[in-house]
Amino acid sequence: MTLLYQKFRPIEEAIAAIPNGASIMVGGFGSPGTPFALIDELLAQGQRDLTLIKNDANEPGVGIGKLIEAGRVSRLITSHIGLNRVAIAAMNRGELHVAMHPQGLLAEKIRSAGAGHHGFLTDIGQGTEIAHGRQEIELAGRTWGIEPALYADFALVHAERADRYGNLIYRATASNFNPLMAMAADTVIAQAYRVDEPGSLALEAIHTPCAFVSQVVEVAPATSEQGRRAHVG
Amino acid sequence: MSADQQRILARAAREVVAGQIVNLGIGLPTQLFHHLPEEMEVLVHSENGVLGCCPRAVGEAPDWDMIDSGGAYIATRPGASVFDSAMSFAMIRRSRVDLTFMGAFEVDELGNLANWKIPGKFSPGIGGAMELAQKVKRLVILCSHNDKQGNPKILKRCRLPLTAPTCVSRIITDKAVMDVTPEGLVVVDIAEGLSITELREATEAHLIVDEARLGRF
Repeated sequence: MTLLYQKFRPIEEAIAAIPNGASIMVGGFGSPGTPFALIDELLAQGQRDLTLIKNDANEPGVGIGKLIEAGRVSRLITSHIGLNRVAIAAMNRGELHVAMHPQGLLAEKIRSAGAGHHGFLTDIGQGTEIAHGRQEIELAGRTWGIEPALYADFALVHAERADRYGNLIYRATASNFNPLMAMAADTVIAQAYRVDEPGSLALEAIHTPCAFVSQVVEVAPATSEQGRRAHVG
Repeated sequence: MSADQQRILARAAREVVAGQIVNLGIGLPTQLFHHLPEEMEVLVHSENGVLGCCPRAVGEAPDWDMIDSGGAYIATRPGASVFDSAMSFAMIRRSRVDLTFMGAFEVDELGNLANWKIPGKFSPGIGGAMELAQKVKRLVILCSHNDKQGNPKILKRCRLPLTAPTCVSRIITDKAVMDVTPEGLVVVDIAEGLSITELREATEAHLIVDEARLGRF
C-alpha cells in the first residue's frame, strides 16, 4: 500500500503502473461517475489486452468505448451494453469476449470482494439461464446459487472531491459502482475535480475512507455534458 | 407516441397508489413519469442509485451527474436520496420497492416474463431487470398486445429466455388489462370498441372472462 503522503500523483505516473494484460474495474453508470480523464490517459499510454469490468460500455467514442474501438480490450465483464453498438458489433465478431451479469449481482460480486469475502449465496436468477452451470448449496431448507466475489488488479474511479490522502466524496448518481470498486481492487486510482488538504472534508461526508485508495489525481472540472466526457472545461 | 401507448400509460397511472415507492423500467414505463400528478406523494426509484427522481421542470438546466437508469437527465423531489449500486439493489432484493412497470417481449399464463434476450438477434445484457422482476412486490407489464407482425405476445408459455419465472401480477396492453391468478389469466378490463372474440383471436393464452364484471378502458 502506498504511504499516505505518496498518494497524490500526476495522472501519467498513476496510470503508468498499469501493465498489459491487467484487469481493471471502471466506475460509472453511463456517463456519470465514469473516470474519463483516467481512461484517456490509459488510451494515450497504450496498455493492451485489458480485462475491463464496468456496468456498461459507455457509448461509441465515449469513455471505455474508445479503448474498445482501439482494440485494447480483450474481455469485458458487464451488465448491459445496449447503448454501444460498436461494442455489440465487436462482441458479435468475436473480437471482444463479453461476460454479462444481472446488474445487482455484478454490484454485489464487487462489493463482496471489497468487503473481504469470497462470495455470497443468492436466489437471483433461479429458473433462468443465469443459473445454468452455477454451483449450488443447500442451506436452511433451500437451494442457493453461489456467486463468487469479483476482484481486479486495478480500479479507476471518479469522485467529486478528495483530499490528498485519498478520502473520496461522490456526487448524485455519479456514485453508482465507484465506492464498491474502490474497495475491491488491489490498486485503486481515483480522479477528483478537486483535491484538498487532509482535514478539509467533513468527516461524515466521506463515502470512501482513504485506506482503500492508492493514488489520487486532480482533473479539471467540466461544465457541459461533452465537457465532462472530454474532461475539458 | 401512439394513441395505443397513450391509452396504456393512462391506464397504468391508475395502478400507482399514493405513498408508494415505484420503479419505472426503461422505455414506455419511463413515460409514466409524466402521468403521475406532481402533488402525489410517490418516490420513483431508479436502479442506478436514486430514490425520488422526477422530470426536470421546463427550461431547467440538466445536472450532468443526475440521470435515471435510461440515461435521461432528471431532477429530484423533496424526500429524495442518492446511493451506490449495491444499496440500490439491496432495496430491490429486500422488496422495499412496492411496484415496478416493465415492457415485455412475451408474458404467459403463469406470469413468466421474457424481456431481455432474443437469441441470435438481441442480447445487449440484462441490466437490472432480473432482480426487479423477481423481487419487487408487484410487477405490472406494459406492452403492445401483439408484435409488429401481429403475433401474440400473451402466450400459453414463453419461448424466449426468461427474465424471471412467475413474477408478473398484471398485464396492461392496448387491448386489455389482465391479472395473473392461480386459475390463469383473468381479463379485468377490455379496450373500448373491442369484442371478447377479437381479444381472444389476438391472444395465444387462454383468457378467463366474466362479462358481468368486465371493465372498459
